[in-house]
Amino acid sequence: MSKFKKKKGGEIPAISTASLPDIVFMLLFFFMVVTVLRDTNLLVQQELPKGDQVEKLQKDRSVFIYAGKPSQRYQKQYGTEGKIQIGDKYTSLDALPAALTEAREKLREELRGSVNVALKVDKETNTGLISDIKQELRELQMYKVIYITSPGNQVDN
Amino acid sequence: MGRRSTPEVNAGSMADIAFLLLIFFLVTTTIEKDKGIARQLPPKQEDIPEDVIIKQKNLFVVNVNRNDQLLVEEELMEIKDLRQAAIDFIDNGGAPSGSPEHCNYCKGKRLPDSSDNPDKAVISVQNDRLTSYGMYIAVQNELVAAYNFLRNRESQRLYGWSFTEMKKSLDEGEFKGPKKDDIQEKIKVIQGMIPLKLSEAEPKKAGS
Repeated sequence: MSKFKKKKGGEIPAISTASLPDIVFMLLFFFMVVTVLRDTNLLVQQELPKGDQVEKLQKDRSVFIYAGKPSQRYQKQYGTEGKIQIGDKYTSLDALPAALTEAREKLREELRGSVNVALKVDKETNTGLISDIKQELRELQMYKVIYITSPGNQVDN
Repeated sequence: MGRRSTPEVNAGSMADIAFLLLIFFLVTTTIEKDKGIARQLPPKQEDIPEDVIIKQKNLFVVNVNRNDQLLVEEELMEIKDLRQAAIDFIDNGGAPSGSPEHCNYCKGKRLPDSSDNPDKAVISVQNDRLTSYGMYIAVQNELVAAYNFLRNRESQRLYGWSFTEMKKSLDEGEFKGPKKDDIQEKIKVIQGMIPLKLSEAEPKKAGS
Protein backbone atom coordinates (compact mmCIF):
# COMPACT_ATOMS: atom_id res chain seq x y z
CA MET A 1 0.00 0.00 0.00
CA SER A 2 2.61 2.39 0.95
CA LYS A 3 4.57 1.22 -2.04
CA PHE A 4 2.77 3.61 -4.32
CA LYS A 5 2.82 6.52 -2.01
CA LYS A 6 4.06 9.68 -3.49
CA LYS A 7 7.45 10.73 -2.42
CA LYS A 8 7.48 13.74 -0.32
CA GLY A 9 9.11 16.88 -1.65
CA GLY A 10 9.27 15.47 -5.16
CA GLU A 11 12.14 17.47 -6.59
CA ILE A 12 12.92 17.08 -10.23
CA PRO A 13 16.29 15.39 -10.48
CA ALA A 14 18.92 17.30 -12.45
CA ILE A 15 19.17 16.23 -16.07
CA SER A 16 22.45 14.57 -16.71
CA THR A 17 24.55 16.42 -19.24
CA ALA A 18 27.14 13.71 -19.49
CA SER A 19 26.11 12.80 -23.03
CA LEU A 20 26.18 16.37 -24.26
CA PRO A 21 29.79 16.20 -25.49
CA ASP A 22 28.95 13.06 -27.45
CA ILE A 23 26.04 14.74 -29.21
CA VAL A 24 28.08 17.79 -29.99
CA PHE A 25 30.92 15.68 -31.32
CA MET A 26 28.53 13.82 -33.54
CA LEU A 27 27.31 17.09 -35.05
CA LEU A 28 30.87 18.30 -35.33
CA PHE A 29 31.95 15.25 -37.30
CA PHE A 30 28.96 15.58 -39.60
CA PHE A 31 29.86 19.14 -40.47
CA MET A 32 33.55 18.33 -40.81
CA VAL A 33 32.73 15.64 -43.33
CA VAL A 34 30.32 17.67 -45.47
CA THR A 35 32.37 20.85 -45.47
CA VAL A 36 34.01 21.72 -48.75
CA LEU A 37 36.46 24.51 -48.33
CA ARG A 38 36.43 26.76 -51.34
CA ASP A 39 39.35 25.84 -53.55
CA THR A 40 39.25 28.84 -55.81
CA ASN A 41 39.30 32.42 -54.82
CA LEU A 42 36.76 34.32 -56.86
CA LEU A 43 38.14 37.31 -58.70
CA VAL A 44 34.98 38.09 -60.63
CA GLN A 45 31.47 38.98 -59.63
CA GLN A 46 29.15 36.04 -59.57
CA GLU A 47 25.50 36.73 -59.66
CA LEU A 48 24.25 33.75 -61.60
CA PRO A 49 21.19 33.95 -63.81
CA LYS A 50 18.17 31.93 -62.81
CA GLY A 51 16.93 28.80 -64.49
CA ASP A 52 14.64 25.91 -63.67
CA GLN A 53 15.19 23.44 -66.50
CA VAL A 54 18.39 22.20 -64.92
CA GLU A 55 20.50 19.10 -64.71
CA LYS A 56 22.95 18.18 -62.03
CA LEU A 57 26.60 18.87 -62.55
CA GLN A 58 28.99 15.94 -62.39
CA LYS A 59 31.66 17.56 -60.37
CA ASP A 60 34.40 14.98 -60.79
CA ARG A 61 34.53 15.50 -64.54
CA SER A 62 34.11 19.23 -64.70
CA VAL A 63 36.37 22.11 -65.49
CA PHE A 64 35.18 25.46 -64.22
CA ILE A 65 35.35 28.70 -66.13
CA TYR A 66 34.28 31.83 -64.31
CA ALA A 67 33.48 35.03 -66.10
CA GLY A 68 32.11 38.42 -65.24
CA LYS A 69 33.12 41.85 -64.11
CA PRO A 70 36.11 41.95 -61.75
CA SER A 71 35.00 42.00 -58.14
CA GLN A 72 34.65 45.30 -56.35
CA ARG A 73 38.09 45.32 -54.80
CA TYR A 74 39.84 44.55 -58.10
CA GLN A 75 37.92 47.05 -60.17
CA LYS A 76 40.45 49.85 -59.64
CA GLN A 77 43.16 47.66 -61.04
CA TYR A 78 41.38 45.83 -63.81
CA GLY A 79 38.43 48.02 -64.78
CA THR A 80 34.87 46.84 -65.20
CA GLU A 81 35.14 45.00 -68.49
CA GLY A 82 34.07 41.35 -68.38
CA LYS A 83 36.95 38.99 -67.63
CA ILE A 84 37.56 35.25 -67.63
CA GLN A 85 38.92 33.40 -64.64
CA ILE A 86 40.24 29.86 -64.57
CA GLY A 87 41.74 28.50 -61.38
CA ASP A 88 43.05 31.35 -59.32
CA LYS A 89 43.87 33.91 -61.94
CA TYR A 90 42.49 35.96 -64.80
CA THR A 91 42.97 34.45 -68.20
CA SER A 92 42.89 36.22 -71.51
CA LEU A 93 41.10 34.70 -74.45
CA ASP A 94 44.38 33.76 -76.15
CA ALA A 95 45.63 31.92 -73.08
CA LEU A 96 42.36 30.06 -72.67
CA PRO A 97 43.39 26.82 -74.45
CA ALA A 98 46.54 26.46 -72.36
CA ALA A 99 44.69 27.16 -69.12
CA LEU A 100 41.93 24.72 -69.99
CA THR A 101 44.33 21.97 -70.92
CA GLU A 102 46.09 22.51 -67.62
CA ALA A 103 42.80 22.34 -65.74
CA ARG A 104 41.92 19.14 -67.56
CA GLU A 105 45.18 17.54 -66.47
CA LYS A 106 44.04 17.86 -62.88
CA LEU A 107 41.08 15.56 -63.42
CA ARG A 108 41.21 11.82 -62.94
CA GLU A 109 42.70 10.15 -65.94
CA GLU A 110 39.78 7.97 -66.94
CA LEU A 111 37.43 10.95 -66.93
CA ARG A 112 39.47 13.22 -69.14
CA GLY A 113 37.83 11.93 -72.28
CA SER A 114 34.41 13.22 -71.35
CA VAL A 115 35.04 16.56 -69.75
CA ASN A 116 32.18 18.87 -68.90
CA VAL A 117 32.89 22.53 -68.98
CA ALA A 118 30.95 24.38 -66.32
CA LEU A 119 30.44 28.02 -67.15
CA LYS A 120 29.76 30.19 -64.14
CA VAL A 121 29.02 33.54 -65.60
CA ASP A 122 27.65 36.69 -64.05
CA LYS A 123 24.33 37.68 -65.53
CA GLU A 124 25.47 41.11 -66.62
CA THR A 125 28.22 39.86 -68.86
CA ASN A 126 27.90 40.35 -72.60
CA THR A 127 27.04 37.30 -74.64
CA GLY A 128 29.90 38.10 -76.99
CA LEU A 129 32.43 36.99 -74.40
CA ILE A 130 30.61 33.71 -73.92
CA SER A 131 30.48 32.97 -77.61
CA ASP A 132 34.21 33.65 -77.85
CA ILE A 133 34.75 31.12 -75.08
CA LYS A 134 32.52 28.64 -76.88
CA GLN A 135 34.52 29.05 -80.08
CA GLU A 136 37.68 28.19 -78.16
CA LEU A 137 35.98 25.18 -76.60
CA ARG A 138 34.98 23.88 -80.01
CA GLU A 139 38.59 24.31 -81.09
CA LEU A 140 39.65 22.17 -78.13
CA GLN A 141 36.93 19.59 -78.82
CA MET A 142 35.30 20.07 -75.43
CA TYR A 143 31.76 19.99 -76.62
CA LYS A 144 29.87 19.46 -73.41
CA VAL A 145 29.09 22.67 -71.62
CA ILE A 146 26.80 23.38 -68.74
CA TYR A 147 25.64 26.87 -67.89
CA ILE A 148 25.44 26.99 -64.13
CA THR A 149 22.33 28.76 -62.89
CA SER A 150 20.81 29.51 -59.55
CA PRO A 151 17.39 28.07 -58.80
CA GLY A 152 14.43 30.20 -59.77
CA ASN A 153 12.98 31.57 -62.93
CA GLN A 154 14.04 34.67 -64.79
CA VAL A 155 10.52 35.27 -65.99
CA ASP A 156 9.01 35.62 -62.55
CA ASN A 157 10.98 38.62 -61.39
CA MET B 1 57.72 2.72 -3.71
CA GLY B 2 54.04 3.20 -3.71
CA ARG B 3 52.88 4.75 -6.95
CA ARG B 4 50.60 7.66 -6.65
CA SER B 5 47.51 7.32 -8.72
CA THR B 6 47.35 10.02 -11.39
CA PRO B 7 44.54 12.45 -10.79
CA GLU B 8 41.69 12.28 -13.26
CA VAL B 9 41.66 14.92 -15.99
CA ASN B 10 38.66 17.12 -15.77
CA ALA B 11 36.61 16.63 -18.91
CA GLY B 12 34.00 19.22 -18.10
CA SER B 13 35.26 21.69 -20.70
CA MET B 14 35.30 19.17 -23.50
CA ALA B 15 31.78 20.14 -24.49
CA ASP B 16 32.82 23.78 -24.73
CA ILE B 17 35.74 22.98 -26.98
CA ALA B 18 33.58 20.79 -29.17
CA PHE B 19 30.99 23.53 -29.40
CA LEU B 20 33.62 25.99 -30.49
CA LEU B 21 34.76 23.70 -33.29
CA LEU B 22 31.19 22.95 -34.25
CA ILE B 23 30.35 26.62 -34.61
CA PHE B 24 33.44 27.19 -36.71
CA PHE B 25 32.45 24.45 -39.15
CA LEU B 26 28.84 25.57 -39.18
CA VAL B 27 29.89 29.03 -40.25
CA THR B 28 32.38 27.98 -42.91
CA THR B 29 30.26 25.29 -44.51
CA THR B 30 28.89 25.98 -47.94
CA ILE B 31 27.11 22.95 -49.25
CA GLU B 32 27.68 23.30 -52.96
CA LYS B 33 24.95 22.28 -55.29
CA ASP B 34 25.74 23.37 -58.79
CA LYS B 35 23.02 22.86 -61.34
CA GLY B 36 22.67 24.21 -64.79
CA ILE B 37 21.46 23.93 -68.34
CA ALA B 38 23.50 21.34 -70.22
CA ARG B 39 24.25 21.89 -73.85
CA GLN B 40 26.25 20.15 -76.54
CA LEU B 41 28.32 22.39 -78.77
CA PRO B 42 28.44 21.61 -82.47
CA PRO B 43 31.76 20.23 -83.67
CA LYS B 44 34.08 22.49 -85.57
CA GLN B 45 33.71 21.98 -89.27
CA GLU B 46 36.72 22.29 -91.51
CA ASP B 47 34.89 22.38 -94.79
CA ILE B 48 31.72 24.34 -94.94
CA PRO B 49 28.99 22.00 -96.15
CA GLU B 50 26.67 23.18 -98.85
CA ASP B 51 23.76 25.08 -97.46
CA VAL B 52 21.12 22.87 -96.02
CA ILE B 53 17.83 24.25 -97.11
CA ILE B 54 15.33 24.51 -94.31
CA LYS B 55 11.92 25.63 -95.29
CA GLN B 56 10.94 28.95 -93.85
CA LYS B 57 7.94 27.46 -92.14
CA ASN B 58 10.11 24.91 -90.30
CA LEU B 59 12.29 27.63 -88.84
CA PHE B 60 11.47 29.52 -85.67
CA VAL B 61 13.72 32.52 -85.43
CA VAL B 62 14.34 34.10 -82.04
CA ASN B 63 16.27 37.32 -82.17
CA VAL B 64 17.62 39.07 -79.08
CA ASN B 65 18.97 42.55 -79.52
CA ARG B 66 21.47 44.53 -77.49
CA ASN B 67 18.75 46.00 -75.29
CA ASP B 68 17.54 42.51 -74.35
CA GLN B 69 14.41 42.81 -76.43
CA LEU B 70 12.96 39.75 -78.04
CA LEU B 71 11.94 39.46 -81.68
CA VAL B 72 10.22 36.17 -82.41
CA GLU B 73 9.25 35.44 -86.02
CA GLU B 74 9.43 39.15 -86.82
CA GLU B 75 7.22 40.11 -83.92
CA LEU B 76 8.10 41.68 -80.62
CA MET B 77 7.43 39.35 -77.74
CA GLU B 78 7.70 39.24 -73.98
CA ILE B 79 9.87 36.53 -72.50
CA LYS B 80 6.91 35.07 -70.62
CA ASP B 81 5.12 34.27 -73.89
CA LEU B 82 8.11 32.59 -75.49
CA ARG B 83 7.54 29.17 -73.97
CA GLN B 84 4.00 28.83 -75.28
CA ALA B 85 4.99 30.16 -78.69
CA ALA B 86 7.77 27.58 -78.94
CA ILE B 87 5.45 24.77 -77.83
CA ASP B 88 2.91 25.79 -80.45
CA PHE B 89 5.59 25.83 -83.11
CA ILE B 90 7.17 22.45 -82.31
CA ASP B 91 3.87 20.72 -81.72
CA ASN B 92 2.15 22.15 -84.79
CA GLY B 93 2.36 19.05 -87.03
CA GLY B 94 1.45 20.86 -90.24
CA ALA B 95 2.18 18.01 -92.63
CA PRO B 96 -1.08 16.64 -94.02
CA SER B 97 -2.17 13.19 -92.87
CA GLY B 98 -1.11 10.50 -95.33
CA SER B 99 2.18 12.16 -96.20
CA PRO B 100 5.34 10.46 -94.81
CA GLU B 101 6.02 13.47 -92.64
CA HIS B 102 2.70 13.34 -90.91
CA CYS B 103 2.98 13.58 -87.14
CA ASN B 104 0.33 11.48 -85.46
CA TYR B 105 1.11 12.47 -81.87
CA CYS B 106 1.12 16.21 -82.37
CA LYS B 107 -1.69 18.10 -80.71
CA GLY B 108 -1.07 21.47 -82.29
CA LYS B 109 -3.23 23.52 -84.58
CA ARG B 110 -1.81 21.91 -87.76
CA LEU B 111 -1.37 25.24 -89.47
CA PRO B 112 0.08 24.84 -92.95
CA ASP B 113 2.46 27.77 -92.49
CA SER B 114 4.10 26.46 -89.31
CA SER B 115 6.34 23.43 -88.73
CA ASP B 116 5.67 20.06 -90.44
CA ASN B 117 6.61 17.86 -87.48
CA PRO B 118 8.85 18.07 -84.39
CA ASP B 119 11.70 16.38 -86.24
CA LYS B 120 11.72 19.09 -88.92
CA ALA B 121 11.19 22.01 -86.59
CA VAL B 122 14.34 24.00 -85.91
CA ILE B 123 14.61 26.85 -83.44
CA SER B 124 17.28 29.34 -84.28
CA VAL B 125 18.49 31.77 -81.64
CA GLN B 126 20.39 34.83 -82.68
CA ASN B 127 22.08 37.08 -80.16
CA ASP B 128 23.80 40.37 -80.35
CA ARG B 129 27.25 40.49 -78.80
CA LEU B 130 25.95 42.98 -76.26
CA THR B 131 22.98 40.91 -75.13
CA SER B 132 23.25 40.27 -71.42
CA TYR B 133 24.05 36.76 -70.31
CA GLY B 134 21.02 36.76 -68.02
CA MET B 135 18.72 37.28 -70.98
CA TYR B 136 20.55 34.65 -73.00
CA ILE B 137 20.05 32.07 -70.26
CA ALA B 138 16.41 33.11 -69.83
CA VAL B 139 15.75 32.46 -73.52
CA GLN B 140 17.59 29.13 -73.44
CA ASN B 141 15.71 28.15 -70.31
CA GLU B 142 12.33 28.90 -71.86
CA LEU B 143 13.13 26.97 -75.03
CA VAL B 144 14.40 23.94 -73.10
CA ALA B 145 11.25 24.20 -71.00
CA ALA B 146 9.14 24.01 -74.16
CA TYR B 147 10.92 20.83 -75.26
CA ASN B 148 10.67 19.34 -71.78
CA PHE B 149 6.95 20.09 -71.66
CA LEU B 150 6.34 18.14 -74.87
CA ARG B 151 8.65 15.30 -73.87
CA ASN B 152 6.87 14.99 -70.54
CA ARG B 153 3.53 14.91 -72.27
CA GLU B 154 4.57 12.15 -74.66
CA SER B 155 6.25 10.02 -71.99
CA GLN B 156 3.21 10.44 -69.77
CA ARG B 157 1.04 9.20 -72.61
CA LEU B 158 3.26 6.26 -73.65
CA TYR B 159 4.82 5.06 -70.41
CA GLY B 160 3.03 6.88 -67.63
CA TRP B 161 6.00 8.69 -66.17
CA SER B 162 7.46 12.12 -66.54
CA PHE B 163 10.49 12.39 -68.82
CA THR B 164 12.43 14.95 -66.80
CA GLU B 165 11.96 13.15 -63.50
CA MET B 166 12.92 9.79 -64.99
CA LYS B 167 16.02 11.23 -66.64
CA LYS B 168 17.02 12.82 -63.37
CA SER B 169 16.78 9.57 -61.45
CA LEU B 170 18.62 7.80 -64.25
CA ASP B 171 21.46 10.30 -64.03
CA GLU B 172 21.60 9.80 -60.30
CA GLY B 173 22.06 6.07 -60.88
CA GLU B 174 18.90 4.87 -59.21
CA PHE B 175 18.34 2.04 -61.66
CA LYS B 176 20.41 -1.07 -62.17
CA GLY B 177 20.65 -3.89 -64.68
CA PRO B 178 17.90 -4.59 -67.22
CA LYS B 179 15.61 -1.93 -65.79
CA LYS B 180 18.22 0.70 -66.55
CA ASP B 181 18.59 -0.44 -70.17
CA ASP B 182 14.84 -0.47 -70.56
CA ILE B 183 14.47 3.08 -69.32
CA GLN B 184 17.40 4.29 -71.36
CA GLU B 185 15.74 2.80 -74.41
CA LYS B 186 12.47 4.55 -73.65
CA ILE B 187 14.18 7.86 -73.06
CA LYS B 188 15.86 7.50 -76.46
CA VAL B 189 12.44 6.92 -78.03
CA ILE B 190 11.06 10.11 -76.51
CA GLN B 191 14.14 12.06 -77.53
CA GLY B 192 13.67 10.74 -81.04
CA MET B 193 10.05 11.85 -81.10
CA ILE B 194 10.79 15.34 -79.89
CA PRO B 195 14.42 16.00 -80.79
CA LEU B 196 16.03 19.10 -79.35
CA LYS B 197 16.90 21.13 -82.41
CA LEU B 198 18.26 24.41 -81.18
CA SER B 199 20.61 26.20 -83.46
CA GLU B 200 22.68 29.14 -82.39
CA ALA B 201 23.87 31.61 -84.93
CA GLU B 202 27.18 33.36 -84.44
CA PRO B 203 26.42 36.57 -82.62
CA LYS B 204 26.34 39.64 -84.73
CA LYS B 205 28.87 42.34 -84.21
CA ALA B 206 27.75 45.00 -81.82
CA GLY B 207 25.67 47.71 -83.36
CA SER B 208 24.96 45.97 -86.63
